[in-house]
Amino acid sequence: MKFPWGDSEKRKNELNEEIASHLLMAAQDREARGESPAQARAAAQRELGNAGVIQDVTHDQWAWTWLEDLLQDLRYGARTLRKSPGFTAVAILTLALGIGVNTALFSVVNAVLLNPLPYPQANQLVGLWWDRSPGQHSSITYLNFLDWQKQSTAFSSVGAYQQDNMIVTGAGEPERVDGARISANLFDLLGAKPLLGRSFRPEEDQLGAGPVALISDGLWSRKFGSSPDVLGKSITVDGRSYSIVGVVPEKSPIYTTADVFTPLGQYNEEPFRDRRASLGTVGIGRRKPGVTLAQARADMDSVARNLAAEYPDANKGTGIFVNPLKDDITGDIAPTLFMLLGAVGFVLLIACANVANLLLARSAARAREFAVRVALGATRRRIMRQLLTESILLAGIGGALGLLFAAWATKAALAMIPEALPRTDEIGLDGRVLFFTLAISIFVGIAFGVVPALKTSRPDLHKSLKEGGRGSSGTRLRTQNIFVAVEMALAVVLLAGAELMVRSLVGLANVNPGFDPQHVMEFGVSPSAERIRTPAHIRETYREITARFEAIPGVAAASPLVGALPLTGDSLVGFWITGQPKPSSVKEMTRAQWYAVAPDYLKAMRIPLQRGRFLTAQDRETAPFVVVVDDGFARSTFPSENPIGKRINIAILDVEGAEIVGVVAHVKHAGLGATGILDQRGQIYFALAQLPDRVLPLVGRACTFVVRAAGTPQAVSESLRAASQQFDSKQVLYEFQPMSKVVSDSIAAQRFTMILLGVFAVLALVLSAVGIFGVISYVTGQRTQEIGIRMALGAQRGDVLRLVLGHGMRVALLGVAIGLAAALGLTRLMASQLYGVSAKDPLTFAGVAALLTLVALAACYIPARRAMRVYPIVALRYE
Amino acid sequence: MKPRYQNRIELLQGTLDLLILQTLRWGAQHGYGIALAIRTNSGDILQVDTGSLYPALHRLERQKLIAAEWKVSENNQRVRVYRLSAAGKKKLASERSRWAQISQAIAGILGPAGAGSEV
Repeated sequence: MKFPWGDSEKRKNELNEEIASHLLMAAQDREARGESPAQARAAAQRELGNAGVIQDVTHDQWAWTWLEDLLQDLRYGARTLRKSPGFTAVAILTLALGIGVNTALFSVVNAVLLNPLPYPQANQLVGLWWDRSPGQHSSITYLNFLDWQKQSTAFSSVGAYQQDNMIVTGAGEPERVDGARISANLFDLLGAKPLLGRSFRPEEDQLGAGPVALISDGLWSRKFGSSPDVLGKSITVDGRSYSIVGVVPEKSPIYTTADVFTPLGQYNEEPFRDRRASLGTVGIGRRKPGVTLAQARADMDSVARNLAAEYPDANKGTGIFVNPLKDDITGDIAPTLFMLLGAVGFVLLIACANVANLLLARSAARAREFAVRVALGATRRRIMRQLLTESILLAGIGGALGLLFAAWATKAALAMIPEALPRTDEIGLDGRVLFFTLAISIFVGIAFGVVPALKTSRPDLHKSLKEGGRGSSGTRLRTQNIFVAVEMALAVVLLAGAELMVRSLVGLANVNPGFDPQHVMEFGVSPSAERIRTPAHIRETYREITARFEAIPGVAAASPLVGALPLTGDSLVGFWITGQPKPSSVKEMTRAQWYAVAPDYLKAMRIPLQRGRFLTAQDRETAPFVVVVDDGFARSTFPSENPIGKRINIAILDVEGAEIVGVVAHVKHAGLGATGILDQRGQIYFALAQLPDRVLPLVGRACTFVVRAAGTPQAVSESLRAASQQFDSKQVLYEFQPMSKVVSDSIAAQRFTMILLGVFAVLALVLSAVGIFGVISYVTGQRTQEIGIRMALGAQRGDVLRLVLGHGMRVALLGVAIGLAAALGLTRLMASQLYGVSAKDPLTFAGVAALLTLVALAACYIPARRAMRVYPIVALRYE
Repeated sequence: MKPRYQNRIELLQGTLDLLILQTLRWGAQHGYGIALAIRTNSGDILQVDTGSLYPALHRLERQKLIAAEWKVSENNQRVRVYRLSAAGKKKLASERSRWAQISQAIAGILGPAGAGSEV
């Protein structure tokens, strides 16, 4: 199809020429019949009639008129908008803001939740977890995994990976990297191809097979300069030499942080092959084509039943949790993002209402223009189309600007809050986002345009023409009032949501975590391979490192920590009271959070000792096994007895009769906001030196240290590195982090919600303040004459002030009332994100209502003051 | 567009269309020539209004019943010349038979007294 407009211009010219030639020929004929040239031309012209009309009518035969009308409307609209730059700028900026924040948030939702994971047929992928206790899915155990592989029928393959710290030595400084042990089939299963070489073969995924490794392209370029002959070269990982067989791309939501991969099946630590111990191994399955999630679940259920019958000690009562992989990666954040998307939709509605009000106010001024057009024969439809074209043009420009704004805002926001979101590197403006922006721009253009267009296109001809467009229309004012009230209501909802989040965050920040994070630095230590050859070596090495750290001036206390750092994960161990019958399976055992530490851990973390003593230097490997528990453990396990001196048996460690020698305060391990069963879990402290020989190699390769500094924790980092270097140059210290950052990161998700909701609420507040200001100013302007008369008749300035403010307040209070009712219903949706404040917190609601009323009052005060200064004589003469 | 052919004005336009197609049967012609031919062939009874002629020509062109091109006339003047297309020829045949039916029907209604003013 040809473009009708380009064509149309040409056709018009030709038509012109055609008619001219007609005229010429007619004149020539007449001349030939004997008329004078002038006569002939005049007669031919008369005979022809109005050439302009003929051209128009003829041109209409080409019937592209609707498109030309549209272009004409657009041109006309652009001209009108140019004529009132103030209005245009305010409207476009408002819309750009509204559309921009929506586009930005949608691009996040799109990348995180809507787009499939970047693997082929990603919807077939599921995460596989060990379902040990209700609502809590733990990592899987390797022996179970091997049985899953053999027994399941619903999957084309089942793979697993386990992330771990690894130390790369050899070329250059020893470097700690994120590593992963993977089953041989993992990359094939995901559909990820090595950039170079190959992935592991099944026979390499076995105990005793030759050591082979894959490296990431990042490590490839860092250590090998991206040289293609890297294949077959060796790399020393954790003191063992591996032959590199392939290079894999770094960007992946699954293994995104890993630089080195080794075969999972070669991992030869005793606990790893203990069916009861889950050591961070995560399963991934690819469903066979056509197998539904429900079928896959049923399949794994039957596998779980078989294993429970075969190995009741480890598996009785446990199941297998099958979860779509995307939900595994993005699950927690989805409700938050959808809530934020709703909130940002409110901002857009407010922006729409504002622009609609601007248009309504303008339509009063343009009433005469349209009355004239109607009088000249324009239909109502035509005028509505003209007005809608204008508003869509506005929205389109706003949308384009909004897109730019969104591109910038997304980057800025992600840089600010990176920890709270998965898949952030996939966020961008793709086709779907652009389509979204286009769609909401058009929607918005119609949404804010349609009411003013309906109102304007039905002008009271007589009145409009007579009053010269200054007639104040009652229905228009009512519409404007309603828009402002709705804006206020929406702003109330957003402000209430934001305020609840702020209160929650303040509440969380005031929670005592059970330890003192100030002045504490947390980091990882990986001793060199020679120093951890035997369990005896490991104990000695950590004692020595701890002693050297504590010898540094400025270091108050230092301790290694094996087990999860508070607020960062779980390390659980089952136990039962010595003398009582052993629970028949792991599932039936009570489990507690465990920490294997040095004596100064308590001092470093400032956890209060409540009874008995903490671990001491005398609690060595040769001494009787002792434990310290927290008061929660003490209360729940020995409700009415003194726990000191009581003995417990510890499952995985195979320790019997461990004596409880002390009780310390509870640490908020599961999260500052954790309550209920998560927070009630007991905590149990072991001496690192007393961990059984069997377990030590597993934990000895790398462990966390916590160090309390006298001054700022950052100041001692250099001394710590120096001390480490002095002790052993091959030892690596990594990931220094102040403990206070660990605490603040643990509430990053809530902070993310709070910041965004806060930004949206402030936007809503400003926009609705501008909205009420605009309407009251406009109405006051319209009433200048009336106010003049009132003042001439003796009204005081106070009366005028009351008159104007009264109008504003009526609208504002109506909006606030509606908003409070709506907020009460909507804030319930965010109850799970709140801490220490009810979703119906009366103080919050009262505060928000008061704030909004005050802002509205201030916004109305400016036009009210202007009204008070009206000089009656000027106002009356004005008419 | 289509339904409008039902009403009276369109019937007249339709008649003009028929006359144009008929005129072009003898060869390509420009607008002025067509108007002249219709007038002459009707014995000066039918004066084709230019305001109807050109819209009709362009409508027919759009319907691809006739085709147009620019030529230079014998007076050395650039003129837009129309000629009948294949579809136009078919259309002319069917319109002619329709016209015959209608005029016969009308003649039947008006009776013998009305005979003579056949176009």
